[in-house]
Amino acid sequence: MPDKILETTLEVLKEDAEGILAAWIEQADEDGAKRIDLFSEKEERDQAASLLRSFRLGVRDASKEGEFDLQDESWADLRGILAEITHERVERGVLPGEMAALILALKTPLFERVTEKLEKDPERLIEEVLLVSKAIDAFAIYSNEVFIAEREQVIERQRDEMMELSTPVVELWDKVLTLPLIGTLDSLRAQEVMESLLQAIVERQAEVVIVDITGVKTVDTQVAQHLLRTAAAVRLMGARCIISGISPKIAQTMVELGVDVGEVRTRSSLRSALMDALTSVGVAIRPIDDDKRSGK
Amino acid sequence: MNAAAIYAVEGVLLVSITSDITDTDIIDLQEALSKRIADTECRGVVVDISALEIVDTFVGRVLAQLTSVARLLDAETYVVGMRPAVAMTLVELGMYLPENHTALTLSHALDKMRQSGLVDGLRRG
Repeated sequence: MPDKILETTLEVLKEDAEGILAAWIEQADEDGAKRIDLFSEKEERDQAASLLRSFRLGVRDASKEGEFDLQDESWADLRGILAEITHERVERGVLPGEMAALILALKTPLFERVTEKLEKDPERLIEEVLLVSKAIDAFAIYSNEVFIAEREQVIERQRDEMMELSTPVVELWDKVLTLPLIGTLDSLRAQEVMESLLQAIVERQAEVVIVDITGVKTVDTQVAQHLLRTAAAVRLMGARCIISGISPKIAQTMVELGVDVGEVRTRSSLRSALMDALTSVGVAIRPIDDDKRSGK
Repeated sequence: MNAAAIYAVEGVLLVSITSDITDTDIIDLQEALSKRIADTECRGVVVDISALEIVDTFVGRVLAQLTSVARLLDAETYVVGMRPAVAMTLVELGMYLPENHTALTLSHALDKMRQSGLVDGLRRG
């Protein structure tokens, strides 16, 4: 038995780094993992080269007998580079499958060379190949994990941005606020909407708030529940809530679902809700004389 | 010191609840308030809870009870100054306080009572 595992692999990596690199890129190309539309030949090569270099360092330092653990200290360098490259690839729109294929493509050139070396010792050959295979598989999985984490971060960020954009409370007139809702209303957003609305009521001393749902695509029992709870909280604060923009279709759905709006006022259009709100704060919109109109 | 004092303001009873009110204080308050309503024959009660930062089902229930007691004695109750967090918690707990009238502040409540004739016709007879 050799005193060190992966000894032959290390030897091969030292002796023919250039050859392996070239064969690897070629293999990746064959497997369809190369994206010449996203990366230039040189970038592709540089990335592969740095991966291979840290792979060699990892193989050199890995001392655990027969075990392979990517979280091990000796693979820290490789983990870093893998994360970096994956990050760059996500940004350019590489698919996770392609990233995995690129890493897995390293097997072929590596195994070819190890096989040549260990032709006379099939037992060691199998052991070595098994280990290297295990290691490379682990890298592929790791890179996939990084990939998913990156994607999730992007989604998280976009959701935060959407959340901020989607709860604008607008002052229509003294004591009259409106909150135009757009898109879907899930629990998280409903909470956000309620918070900013109640806060705005305190800040502007509003007496009437109009929640306009013209831009809400669908109203199911859950959305209706959120709306009614918002209305209830508004009432508890001492203001009145009008829900406007209920389309005929949504009205029918709500009845079919058995949603009872109770005492909450509903209006079909923002226009009629506004009239209603203004009336209750003692303001009216009136036409004015022709000669007073500006811009004419 | 009493955690909740009752003042007569503009012909209505103003109850201000402090943040450190205990459950026993609330029960005392309920008793004191119903006595005062009967004694003064007032028709409006304003409960100011702007200092209240934390509510539970007990506080919610007592608020509803105060209102029901007052109504039996022919007085309407307005809860004013509720904080957003308190409102959200009550809704979360399913306590919508349907019997209570609500208003943003004391002056809003007084306005509303004037409109409904509760303040002017304060003392009956």
